[in-house]
Amino acid sequence: MTISQKILAGERISPEEALTLAEEADLYRLGFLANAVRQRLHPEPLVTYVIDRNINYTDICVSACQFCAFFKAPEDAAGTVLSFAELGQKIEETKALRGTQILLQGGLHPDKPLEFYEEMLAFIKGYGIHIHGFSPPEICHFANLSGLPVREVLIRLQRAGLDSIPGGGAEILCERVRQQISPRKCGADAWIAVMEEAHALGLRTTATMMFGHVETMADRLEHLTRIRDLQDRSGGFTAFIPWPFQPDHTALSHLEKTTAVGYLRMLALARIFLDNIDNIQASWVTQGPKIAQVSLFFGANDFGSTMIEENVVAAAGVHFRLSEAEIRELVRGAGFIPRQRLMDYTLVEEPSR
Amino acid sequence: MAWQATKERMSNDMEQMIAAAKLDDILAKIKGGQRLTKEDGARLYRSPDLLAVGYLANLVRERINGNKTYFIYNQHINYSNICTNLCKFCAFGKDASSPLAYQMSIDDIRHKVAERLDEPITEIHMVGGIHPDLPFSYYLDALAVIKEVRPTVHIQAFTCVEIAHLAGLAGLSLEDTLRQLVAAGLGSIPGGGAEVFSPRIRAKTCEKKLSGEGWLEVAKTAHRLGIKSNATMLYGHIETIEERLEHLDMLRQAQDETGGFMTFIPLAFHPKNTELADITRSSGVEDLKNIAVARCFLDNFPHIKAYWVMIGIKLAQVGLSFGADDIDGTVKEEIITHMAGGESEQAQARQQLVRIIREAGRVPIERDTLFQPITIY
Repeated sequence: MTISQKILAGERISPEEALTLAEEADLYRLGFLANAVRQRLHPEPLVTYVIDRNINYTDICVSACQFCAFFKAPEDAAGTVLSFAELGQKIEETKALRGTQILLQGGLHPDKPLEFYEEMLAFIKGYGIHIHGFSPPEICHFANLSGLPVREVLIRLQRAGLDSIPGGGAEILCERVRQQISPRKCGADAWIAVMEEAHALGLRTTATMMFGHVETMADRLEHLTRIRDLQDRSGGFTAFIPWPFQPDHTALSHLEKTTAVGYLRMLALARIFLDNIDNIQASWVTQGPKIAQVSLFFGANDFGSTMIEENVVAAAGVHFRLSEAEIRELVRGAGFIPRQRLMDYTLVEEPSR
Repeated sequence: MAWQATKERMSNDMEQMIAAAKLDDILAKIKGGQRLTKEDGARLYRSPDLLAVGYLANLVRERINGNKTYFIYNQHINYSNICTNLCKFCAFGKDASSPLAYQMSIDDIRHKVAERLDEPITEIHMVGGIHPDLPFSYYLDALAVIKEVRPTVHIQAFTCVEIAHLAGLAGLSLEDTLRQLVAAGLGSIPGGGAEVFSPRIRAKTCEKKLSGEGWLEVAKTAHRLGIKSNATMLYGHIETIEERLEHLDMLRQAQDETGGFMTFIPLAFHPKNTELADITRSSGVEDLKNIAVARCFLDNFPHIKAYWVMIGIKLAQVGLSFGADDIDGTVKEEIITHMAGGESEQAQARQQLVRIIREAGRVPIERDTLFQPITIY
């Protein structure tokens, strides 16, 4: 049986087989196979999206990752922490645009206590909106600062209002790569451990991969394998979101930016390999509307978020903007039906338009 | 050989995909070298199966051009935006009284060419509006001054619409007008001004412009004099799929007669700052479909271009798998698309183009205007 036949028959492929595909299959083949997996998981011709806003509560960060153009070092006077008043205003604006959730993430602040984050969650929860917040590096950081175990930190945050956890900070889940580009950030094992604890506590999460910097294709497969293995154990991931590293204004700005074909190939490979994760998101924020639309034929079944606000990719000099109406138009133009969803992929009732 | 066997198995799988997309009759035609009908073309446009359409286009692409992908090191000069046609889809043309109107003097053109003499430019691409009062001698002088400053450069200049206008100015036949332009330095003719040939579309969007028949007459006359030219289609405004195929069919017939077209270039309409600004700009799927259908239908055109200035470098790269074998060049100072809200980078460095083409799995070839290879990377 060829690798293609295995995939078309709904069988799982090994990391070695995925590497062979990555090296030998042309763009149509990857697209065709990814599309077959997508159609098996999503026979309905729907493409979903969420209306939310990225709120970055602080840009002050002790991690200083080489790929990041967003952070300010603690000694940099330009760094800020959002006030609750600013938070409140951003949430009001989000709700006015029929937003259903806040994506709450920030830098690893050197000295805010866990109570600070609990109060922030309670404050936001007062607005009655879903909080998708604190990626694993933040959770690990809170655990280190407070001296509490990760599980205890998660329980306290959940009690304070945390609903789900974003999959950021995964970068490439391979120790050698992390030592090179983000040595102060939590390691691959810690990232997986946070997600496993979260899933055990009933917190759903997403998973991401930032590729196209110093890693090899084998490293990417190691990353995908770790995600797939955890999903087999916990089933807690709702979606996988791969995006290419954006080098401008970072310490790795000498690296070449992943091309559109490189992106589509990786997206398709992820869809084929991660047979146990329901949803794959297109990254219009890094790829722009045209390639994001085309990616719906390369395994993506979700357009991600409308991102009423986005700061991290913008700091790397990439400024694509899309309204909800534009996202719906792009989805329809590709022959699919657009539907607003929640974090857990429950569909939102269509308003009369 | 094992590799051959793998390739064969893969193509069988892909043919299942074509069959599932109900395009197997078109696949059979393409494999048999049979010409597609307009109805076949319309089915490809309407097919929801983007990958299947791309796969078919790639069969034609690889039969004609193998794995080669061309680009050129060129310079654009837009000598004036003053235009009496003022087509509704254009954000570049201005009435002579507009504060935004400009025209370059012959000295300005001399300066534009001279300031980039240190770059290995092999082509100068020069077009402008239909100017109400520049004399014929201006156009001859413009060509001559470019050749004076850069004697070896190939000048691709003046769309068929401008050539017809120049013949009127000169009071000469098309043949004699073209002969004089060639004597002054003209090398070949760009593909602009074709828009969509349909009289309905021209009446609604560019009623003052040269007709479709007139455009084709200029192109065919040029071809008969040994002058090569390109062809375009401006899509994504108010045209129907049938009107696009009528346009492509007229080009295919003209090419059967003369064989003088080098490249077909689908041009995505950019609505911003035009009179049709309420139309949504073309999507990625639409851009790829226009490249792919053209490649399948125009079986007698040697080349199909993914013009990155119009569709962005990312989609142009993907277009190399959907029928395109040319990605245009290291354009600088392109104004026409950018006036209409084009957001692509203004210039692509040569190394960048080479890398993008390689990552698409193709062989980058820097070419001259007439597709003679200069460097194979």
